[in-house]
Amino acid sequence: MKPSGRPSVYGLMAEFETAQGLVEAARRAHKEGYRKMDAYSPVPIEELHDALHMHDERLPKMVMIGGILGGLGGYGLQYWVSTMAYPLNVGGRPLHSWPMFIPVTFETTILAAALTAVLGMLALNGLPQPFHPVFNVPRFALASRNRFFLCIEARDPKFNVERTRTFLESLGSREVTTVED
Amino acid sequence: MTQIPDIRNSAAAQARATAGPGPQVPVIAPGYSFATVTDKISAIVLTRKTGLGWWFGFGIAFLLVNVLMISVAYLLAVGTGVWGVNVPVGWGFAIINFVWWIGIGHAGTLISAILLLFKQSWRTSINRFAEAMTLFAVACAALFPILHTGRPWLAIYWLFPYPNTMNVWPQFRSPLIWDVFAVSTYATVSLLFWFVGLIPDLATLRDRSESRVGRVIYGALAMGWRGSAHHWHRYETAYLLLAGLATPLVVSVHTIVSFDFAVSVIPGWHATIFPPYFVAGAIYSGFAMVLTLAIPIRKIYGLEDFITERHLNNMAKILLVTGLIVAYGYMIEAFMAWYSANTYEIYMMRNRMTGPYGPFYLALILCNGVMPQLLWIKKIRTNVLFLFIISLIVNVGMWLERFVIVVTSLHRDFLPSSWGRYSPTVWDWGLYVGTIGLFLALLFLFLRFLPMISIFEMRTLVPDAERRALPQVDSEGTR
Repeated sequence: MKPSGRPSVYGLMAEFETAQGLVEAARRAHKEGYRKMDAYSPVPIEELHDALHMHDERLPKMVMIGGILGGLGGYGLQYWVSTMAYPLNVGGRPLHSWPMFIPVTFETTILAAALTAVLGMLALNGLPQPFHPVFNVPRFALASRNRFFLCIEARDPKFNVERTRTFLESLGSREVTTVED
Repeated sequence: MTQIPDIRNSAAAQARATAGPGPQVPVIAPGYSFATVTDKISAIVLTRKTGLGWWFGFGIAFLLVNVLMISVAYLLAVGTGVWGVNVPVGWGFAIINFVWWIGIGHAGTLISAILLLFKQSWRTSINRFAEAMTLFAVACAALFPILHTGRPWLAIYWLFPYPNTMNVWPQFRSPLIWDVFAVSTYATVSLLFWFVGLIPDLATLRDRSESRVGRVIYGALAMGWRGSAHHWHRYETAYLLLAGLATPLVVSVHTIVSFDFAVSVIPGWHATIFPPYFVAGAIYSGFAMVLTLAIPIRKIYGLEDFITERHLNNMAKILLVTGLIVAYGYMIEAFMAWYSANTYEIYMMRNRMTGPYGPFYLALILCNGVMPQLLWIKKIRTNVLFLFIISLIVNVGMWLERFVIVVTSLHRDFLPSSWGRYSPTVWDWGLYVGTIGLFLALLFLFLRFLPMISIFEMRTLVPDAERRALPQVDSEGTR
């Protein structure tokens, strides 16, 4: 709860007409010392990763682990079924006939890795998330069409409604809106 | 600092390089911006009036779905005896159609995953509906082996490993079990890939939908996507990883399908050429189907600006290349039969060419080996009508190929006393035509309710994205 009965503020959002403008603004906001902020765009913009200094390398590692577990699980299942749970003696052929287990091992590896990639991406992104304060800004619907937004959040230690607004307005934004929580 | 390269933007950059002033037709017609691309594609779903043509097409497809329902109901009530399969041809239409459908699906994954990794930006306007085609084709394919088990609800214990009261487990040394894992993995990964690609576009539809129902449904499916830079960062990573995983997967699926044949000892099936020859055949038939669908769709929905002549030309070239690989497979099959000096192999080949099913073999060579050679001529590659006809011919040819492989090898094997003939019954045809109806009905629904072209990826192809989405400033210099 914010003091003094004002509607609680999630942050301040500036709208830009070009990706160039957004990247430039993100860079300057970071330089200014703002850390708790996010940029919204209708297309992925690689330059934003640098501008916002995001380096999340967890997903590839998770996928790697998922794939390894899937492979081990698939192979282990076949080994257990063929040698322990249901051993079938067919003319004395070996029970642990590993070359025949490779195709299924391969498929379970891919399956587990792909599931990890998608579910991991969604989980790290915090999706599904039916509601988010940025949707309170009416013009934000254009973030999925042709407009670019930068939102500095109120939880940033440097955040101050007046000063941050002045700063965002100085970045050449089209409009600065208060995002209500 | 390691970073996942933004493959779409670099693909777009490459597109611009080749789409410049040279003779090359661009991948997107000039004059589009982020806004117009978004509006044009989303309008097809959101505001365009559902035309009579759509109802007519969907109506016919829905009628065929009913044929499917009746065929399935009758089959389940009476048993697989209603089909034409019997000793010695135990694998009739069921396996022919299974391989045909699953092969068609392969082009979708090739376009969405392999062409993405190769940075072929022209894939962008066709990948969405090619992936949808994959999903629907795999659904149709899966029906056949499931129904071929006769009583599918009793077959689960030997198809999937789960603790059952009989304490019986699947035989993991059988290619048929490999098939179960390959096809179910393929269906799952294709669905994931398609859905992940759809998320940002679903958000666009949510934001642009005028109706409350649309906003709620698209909104629920978009899961709260808001285009955050942090989200895009992980999204791009996940998409690229999925592409990397789907690439070996698509090769493995048809390889394993070919193992169903190659691991046996039947003359004409027991061949090492089968995996590559099947994979090439799958891509060949898949691209033929993409062309068969893309040519009318771009015309009807007025998408010539997005699916340009360049796309058709490129797909025709892939058709030609894979067609040549398939033709090479036919030659090697005949050569190996002769070179092996094996009585049964030689007889199988002679019987295949001149036996009771000889005309099918001849038709197959004409459809798959001879007709595609016309694609060497650029005038034909860029002639929409000719290309459409050739794509239909290839679809038929690839179906004939599976017919010839399955039937000619089985109907006369080692023992003349057990020779026989195969002919499909009306229920075989009902099921086959019914799956075509299911495929088309799903496709019609897809065209009506989801964006058939990836909107957010098309934005990256917009020429002025160069100025707007890709700042030319050196990232270090301005810091």
